[in-house]
Amino acid sequence: MFTLAKDRSQKGKELRVVMVESIEAAMDADDRVVALEADLGGASKFTNIQKSHPERFVQCGIAEADMVGIAAGLSVEGFRPFTHTFGPFATRRCFDQIFLSGAYAHNTLNIYGSDPGFCVGTNGGTHTTWEDMALMRSIPGAVVCDPADETQLRWIVSEFAATEGIHYIRANRKDVRNVYEPGSTFQMGKGNLLVQGSDVLLVACGQLVSEALDAAEALAEQGVSCSVIDMFCVKPLDEELLLSEAAGKKLVVTFENHGVIGGLGDACAAVLAESGCGVRLIRHGVKERFGQVGTPAWLQKDFHLTAEDLVNTVKEGLA
Amino acid sequence: MTPNELAKAELLATKIRRDVLRMLEHVGSGHLGGSMSIVELLSVLYSHRLHIDPKNPRWEGRDRVVLSKGHAGPAWYAALAETGFFDTEKLLTLNDGGTMLPSHPDRTKTPGVDMTTGSLGQGTSAAAGIATGLRMKGSDRHVYLIVGDGELNEGQCWEAFEFIAGNRMDNCITIIDWNKRQLDGTLEEMLDPFDIPAKMKAFGFDVQVVNGQDMQALDSALERAEATEGAAPCIVMDTVKGAGIPFFETYPGNHSVKFSDPAVAKAAHEALAEYDVVIEGSEA
Repeated sequence: MFTLAKDRSQKGKELRVVMVESIEAAMDADDRVVALEADLGGASKFTNIQKSHPERFVQCGIAEADMVGIAAGLSVEGFRPFTHTFGPFATRRCFDQIFLSGAYAHNTLNIYGSDPGFCVGTNGGTHTTWEDMALMRSIPGAVVCDPADETQLRWIVSEFAATEGIHYIRANRKDVRNVYEPGSTFQMGKGNLLVQGSDVLLVACGQLVSEALDAAEALAEQGVSCSVIDMFCVKPLDEELLLSEAAGKKLVVTFENHGVIGGLGDACAAVLAESGCGVRLIRHGVKERFGQVGTPAWLQKDFHLTAEDLVNTVKEGLA
Repeated sequence: MTPNELAKAELLATKIRRDVLRMLEHVGSGHLGGSMSIVELLSVLYSHRLHIDPKNPRWEGRDRVVLSKGHAGPAWYAALAETGFFDTEKLLTLNDGGTMLPSHPDRTKTPGVDMTTGSLGQGTSAAAGIATGLRMKGSDRHVYLIVGDGELNEGQCWEAFEFIAGNRMDNCITIIDWNKRQLDGTLEEMLDPFDIPAKMKAFGFDVQVVNGQDMQALDSALERAEATEGAAPCIVMDTVKGAGIPFFETYPGNHSVKFSDPAVAKAAHEALAEYDVVIEGSEA
């Protein structure tokens, strides 16, 4: 059960700190949980895990493919590894290792890709991923999550640690606005209906859930009633909730800090089209562009991923 | 090895060669060269050196084997079947739809296979991870990582070697099958590897170079590698691709052979007849 945050303007802790705390909690609860880094421990705060659990921390150096293979080997021995590096290096750079040494070999990998999309900031285009979810969704059986806030991230990590399989979680390293009250719990593979409306369905994931809620409020003032779903679990997708909320709407808009190919938008498009429900869909995300440098706030604007951009998309879609 | 132990290993080697030829003949083609070059290694490991329980393939107290050069799967399957991990009759199901013996090893399908391999280079990191896991558990068992010389083209091998040697992983024995040839030609014709033992030494390994077709020498090298402490052991096996059958040792396309070639079929038939005599004689 989840409860919406009383004050959505408040930010939580830095998500990297929450991630580290959550992994440490999982390590305390289960000897099989281990953590691996590829020389970004200072950036991820995994150095804290190295201090608190040195016997179950593995420093792999700047060798992401090797890190994934080592994690797979640890899984062969019954361990439950969590790996970290920046999103593009966590997925794109070592995809065959994730696919074969991990998934095909029936191993367990918990992969944390940090700073997806515009969160990359001044690390720029080389460090940007708009396709990590597309890649990870294509792996049979993989679970792909983009948490909305600190509370949800904490819950996802505890779930990942408790189950076998290929699990991907992407998250900003910095703090984001709260969507949920602490202690909220969720269901893997189930979206959360945060607002119920009658005209438009907004389906968002990650920190853009807050922006979608802002957009819904702004649209309500302009006479447009929106439902908002937090689809934090992009795979497996909650098809039932999507279809039930899409029914009778004039428009569905998906909203993600990701490219429109292979992410939340495409996942929803397939479900809506195959259902024959006939409701129009607009995928609001990044189209045919690479990343670049800038502050996260500047990048978010430049890639048209603000609440205002979503409002405009909805209005254009209804026009 | 005592004379008896050596005789046992030699018999296993003959059986593995026979089984590989039978399997590939049955399928019509396959990776013969790289399977034959590791026959002596597999024979010494499975007849003598490994801590294993064929009836309990996932026994926690076992030594682990990772065949990173996964295309030599047929030789490994023969060694496993002849050691009792599964029925030898299964060997002729190689590559059949739904088989427990796919061309490249699959840990979810075959008893005794500790890691799925086939995408070259990936077994090296997995072995590093398995060895790390054994260390975390306080196990004194070893990981035997078998790597191809052509496979060294893959950058991932060198990432894993940095990890294994850098962490002084004395429980991970890296064994390089230096059989001098890969698919499209010799090592030098592809990417000249220069001095493989020197490279491994430079990475920090404790390196031995041994005749990979000499089982006594291999056994001694493995014994020394297993006793190594505080450094990662590496054995560079000087081998012959297609070893054991003169025709295949010099056959230019010995990486993967087709039995539709009458010369290949004839050489295989002659070798099989010879092996049958040896095996019948030993078991009489």
